[in-house]
Amino acid sequence: MAKLSLEELRALRDKESARLEKREIHGKNVHVVVAMGTCGIQAGAKVTLNSIVDEIEAKGLKNVIVTQSGCLGKCDMEPVVEVYSPETGAVAYGKVDAKLAKQIVDEHIIGGKVLKDHQIKLEA
Amino acid sequence: MGFKNYILVCGGTGCESSKSDLIYKTLIEEAKAQGVADQVQVIKTGCFGFCEQGPIVKVLPEDSFYVKVKPEDARELISEHVIKGREVTRLLYNKTPKKPLEQVEDIQFYQKQLRIVLRNCGVIDPENIDDYIANDGYVALEKALFDMSEDDIIEEVKKSGLRGRGGAGFPTWMKWNFTKQAEGDVKYVVCNADEGDPGAYMDRSTLEGDPHSVLEAMTICGKAIGAHQGYIYIRAEYPLAIHRLEIAMKQAREYGLLGKNILGSGFDYDIEIRLGAGAFVCGEETALLQSIEGHRGMPQPRPPFPAVKGLWGKPTVINNVETWANIPVIIAKGGDEFAKVGTADSHGTKVFALTGKVCNSGLVEVPMGTTLREIVFDIGGGIANGRKFKAVQTGGPSGGVITEENLDTPIDFGGLQRIGSMMGSGGMIVMDDSDCIVDVAKFYLEFTRDESCGKCFPCRIGGKSLYNLLDKITIGNGTEEDIEELKTIAHAMQKGSLCALGQTAPNPVLSTLRYFPEEYEAHIRDKKCPAGKCKKLIRYQIDPNKCIGCTACSRKCPVGAISGELKKPHSINQSACIKCGVCRQTCKFSAITVE
Repeated sequence: MAKLSLEELRALRDKESARLEKREIHGKNVHVVVAMGTCGIQAGAKVTLNSIVDEIEAKGLKNVIVTQSGCLGKCDMEPVVEVYSPETGAVAYGKVDAKLAKQIVDEHIIGGKVLKDHQIKLEA
Repeated sequence: MGFKNYILVCGGTGCESSKSDLIYKTLIEEAKAQGVADQVQVIKTGCFGFCEQGPIVKVLPEDSFYVKVKPEDARELISEHVIKGREVTRLLYNKTPKKPLEQVEDIQFYQKQLRIVLRNCGVIDPENIDDYIANDGYVALEKALFDMSEDDIIEEVKKSGLRGRGGAGFPTWMKWNFTKQAEGDVKYVVCNADEGDPGAYMDRSTLEGDPHSVLEAMTICGKAIGAHQGYIYIRAEYPLAIHRLEIAMKQAREYGLLGKNILGSGFDYDIEIRLGAGAFVCGEETALLQSIEGHRGMPQPRPPFPAVKGLWGKPTVINNVETWANIPVIIAKGGDEFAKVGTADSHGTKVFALTGKVCNSGLVEVPMGTTLREIVFDIGGGIANGRKFKAVQTGGPSGGVITEENLDTPIDFGGLQRIGSMMGSGGMIVMDDSDCIVDVAKFYLEFTRDESCGKCFPCRIGGKSLYNLLDKITIGNGTEEDIEELKTIAHAMQKGSLCALGQTAPNPVLSTLRYFPEEYEAHIRDKKCPAGKCKKLIRYQIDPNKCIGCTACSRKCPVGAISGELKKPHSINQSACIKCGVCRQTCKFSAITVE
């Protein structure tokens, strides 16, 4: 690596902070949980998860954290995705495929609108 | 394609000694073997601070805090957590699945902490300069080199109110200013990493977890005072810290952040490491400078202070690791911002190594003004094994004990001095009712006696005399006059010693005499050790009403001092007993008492 100039250092920092930001969990207020029990994985939760992560990255959302969980108890509705946000509270969606996952990111997380047609109720 | 999970493995000394390095390697192997190497990045970071629960592994983005992890757990962490997304509950700190948006900071150990010095520890990979740069590293250096004059830098440090974290608490900006104003063609910057207090490992962990912060700070100081060479004096017993410093210096040189014409600014600066052989006195600044020069590490009379006549007779700034680690934050965010944290007397935070009889031992960083009670009971989780709090020793061998009545004193430089202790470098040893206070004083005096360089007689002879008197008291030969003699010698040492080692060595004696006079008296007058620690003053006895004659104790006794028939009360032969206490630990019926 050659010696850096001031501009190069700044460019490097911008590039590297974007990388480090993915590890940052503070200041994130929307939490997406993808149920990844055996039932979920079998129903394609991995594809759903990838679709969500890719869409969030594509739209440059910085306040969203995506995690996985075990079975949420609605095996017939898998893959199940839960979205927690300050505006809409906890909302669960059933049978989320890659296309619907993208729609959840665009309309619910960005647009703030709950997709009523796909919403399901989880046992309390 | 980005990583879906990040696994941070603690690479601090505490966790490394419990195989965290093997955990790190096994995790990487397992990720490969299970085909997810492209989805998870395993990173080794600096100390998380929660050493009691180590080795610590944190998985992001879930922020799962795994504790006491073993190398054989790596397979499950990858197969369960990374692949299936299920937390390995049995390894989690609170053993229950995390709620959404719950953070590690919600763990009580972290709740009252504020991490400025340790901002990068447990966050970045200390062996990767890009990680440091990503987390606003070298922003302060940019500012100092291109946007600030020498006086601007010193003014910013002045505004921050930063005081030296090595123990004495001297205002940092004044040191810098004196050195800047001192006449001399060549000036030096020195980092004091000769951490030697028993139980202290703050500086070690800072260097291991965030070496670049110290390099950046020393370079900024070089610009402020007109120095082009820095030295880091570190003890050879800190191999991991040295290793990471060397990597950091190499990477900084490759990026042109050390060396000639830094970032094209025209400013030249480089740093060298000097290894110390582990003498406690070399933490004293004048002795340290002697040692760097290649002489025997012995303190020199001050004045002249190092700011005027330091390394090789040239003006020198010498600051402690923790002081340095604060500098980049002060320059980057501004001195006023820094000064908002803490008390009127002391700004910023302080790192403590919390050890001893406390539930959660570890590295804690709290804002100045936090009380000892908060540190010991809220962060530290109280006294281990349900015993009773007795005292806490701050300031290592130079400090004193703090008792229950002063637990609510806010911790800052002035506050601790008023109650007869001192801030010191940050060692904090908690004692419970099984610790004998005379024995504690003796321990510290044994340490300072051994570590005295021998140059001046108040320290050389005084330390030994204090130790001998304490030893005499603990074996039951103490007399009433000994107390007065302890005080006389102590005061003479405080007044007559050349350096801080001798001046502060009597502090543990004076402070224990002040807060626990009755315990000294019990040893001298009643020939009893209330804590049951001093072997010459205690007797183990078997209560014949409780003893059922199971013979367990007599079989365990290493010297055959316990005799008795099966199913009949046993007895201890006092002249043969070596007071090891094994019988008491063995007895299931609490029949053996110590008095």
